Amino acid sequence: MARSNKPIVWGLFAAGGTLSAFIFPAVVFVIGFGVTLGFYSPDVFSYERMQALAANPLGKLCLFAPTFLIIWHAAHRLRITAHDFGIRADGLVAALCYGSAAVGTVAMIYALFIA
Amino acid sequence: MSRRPYIRPVQRSTWWLAQPRYIRYMAREVTSAFLCAYSLLIIVGLVRLAQGPLAYDAFLAAVYSTSGQVFSLLTLIFAIYHTYTWFQVTPKAMPIRKGGKLIAGSIIVGAHWFVFLIASVIILYLVGM
Amino acid sequence: MSRDTVQLEILRYDPEKDSEPYFSTYEVPFNDDWVVLDAINYVKENLDRTLTYRWSCHMAVCGSCGMVINGEPVLSCHTFMRDYGDKIRIEPLQNFPVERDLVVVIDDFVEKLGSVKPYIVPKVEKTVDEGEYIQSPAQLAVFKQYTACINCLLCYSACPQVGLNPGFVGPAALALAHRYNLDSRDVGRAAREDVVASNPGIWECSFVGACSEVCPKSVDPAAAIQQTKIASTVDYFTDFLTPWRKQ
Repeated sequence: MARSNKPIVWGLFAAGGTLSAFIFPAVVFVIGFGVTLGFYSPDVFSYERMQALAANPLGKLCLFAPTFLIIWHAAHRLRITAHDFGIRADGLVAALCYGSAAVGTVAMIYALFIA
Repeated sequence: MSRRPYIRPVQRSTWWLAQPRYIRYMAREVTSAFLCAYSLLIIVGLVRLAQGPLAYDAFLAAVYSTSGQVFSLLTLIFAIYHTYTWFQVTPKAMPIRKGGKLIAGSIIVGAHWFVFLIASVIILYLVGM
Repeated sequence: MSRDTVQLEILRYDPEKDSEPYFSTYEVPFNDDWVVLDAINYVKENLDRTLTYRWSCHMAVCGSCGMVINGEPVLSCHTFMRDYGDKIRIEPLQNFPVERDLVVVIDDFVEKLGSVKPYIVPKVEKTVDEGEYIQSPAQLAVFKQYTACINCLLCYSACPQVGLNPGFVGPAALALAHRYNLDSRDVGRAAREDVVASNPGIWECSFVGACSEVCPKSVDPAAAIQQTKIASTVDYFTDFLTPWRKQ
């Protein structure tokens, strides 16, 4: 039997799963409720401030790297979950899941590094 | 004697309802749908940011709308469940030996929660800075 | 609480007569000291001599009396009657073809087990005169838990991926492959990877963890498989990044 190429997607799954376990609850809280619960002043997420963050090389990395890992983690697990729910078109599901992650990655590269 | 083994059918899409442990497993796997959707939301935010202040403010308004808040709350719950399940299994995936003996799983899991706490405080602090 | 009798609902299937399995109910005396296997033996001795099932040691060592009792795969010799209610439902192990009554066909598993080379592959074969392959207690401790497997197949019954993907090599075989990979006397890891690191090997596992929960010997196959996934992923990227090291 041939050795699988799954280590590529599984490696991203494991790395993204570990990172998101540590940071994602805080990230979701900050984005979703930081301002609405009065934890931060509204200008924390103002256009000027976020623009400055996205212009900074370290800021770009902090926005890109975790989002990249987490979306690839989620895409791989979602593919397996579709199979667990009885969807047998694994090729199509894989194309949709990894395709979405790839489109997201490209969009992020465009927004942070090109536009 | 004739052999005629009977193959019992597998419930392809409802098998996980058979046992509580399978339901817990599926709840863990479904966290990925929320993690996926929320990362896409973050990416949309970054694209909107690149498009200018008008587009970005519309994005923020959507996040702060009622449906945006419900979505964030659901994602927060599933994200915490993801963290819990992920930490819970690390002693299995990465057992640590010291002096020939296995370090207790509870210590490894506890250490992960400790780092989680520190990382969360740092994120909350840095964003407000 | 005192009970006089308990009803056993046992799955029956006679390949020569029945088109599909059905349940038969037997009334057996309640005995506080009986394991479920004792109650099944009572049925065989007193109520229906045609009832077919496997058992041997009656002490959780031989691994032949695995059954699904009230939905949970267990060793019937290791499960007390008193821990159940007035009705006990007994079925053959899930995810295996039913040969007859509670007996399942395990040929597929035996083949998978052999495919992972579950034996020591030494660097240099020694003759008996040359002596043993020396191993320290610390080297033994690294893999000892994985040697406890008795091939009872409860893990195959509990694992949903075994049922959904019949090609999956499965928990016990992969745990045993891990056991030999961790053995200081063994150099067979690369040869095992052909099966272990293939798609039907470790990559069919989605870490449900049910295998480890039902294991009567605390082997923890789920842990073995996750550790193998990490090691195989490291291998994969090492081979990719340093192709000159590949043999």
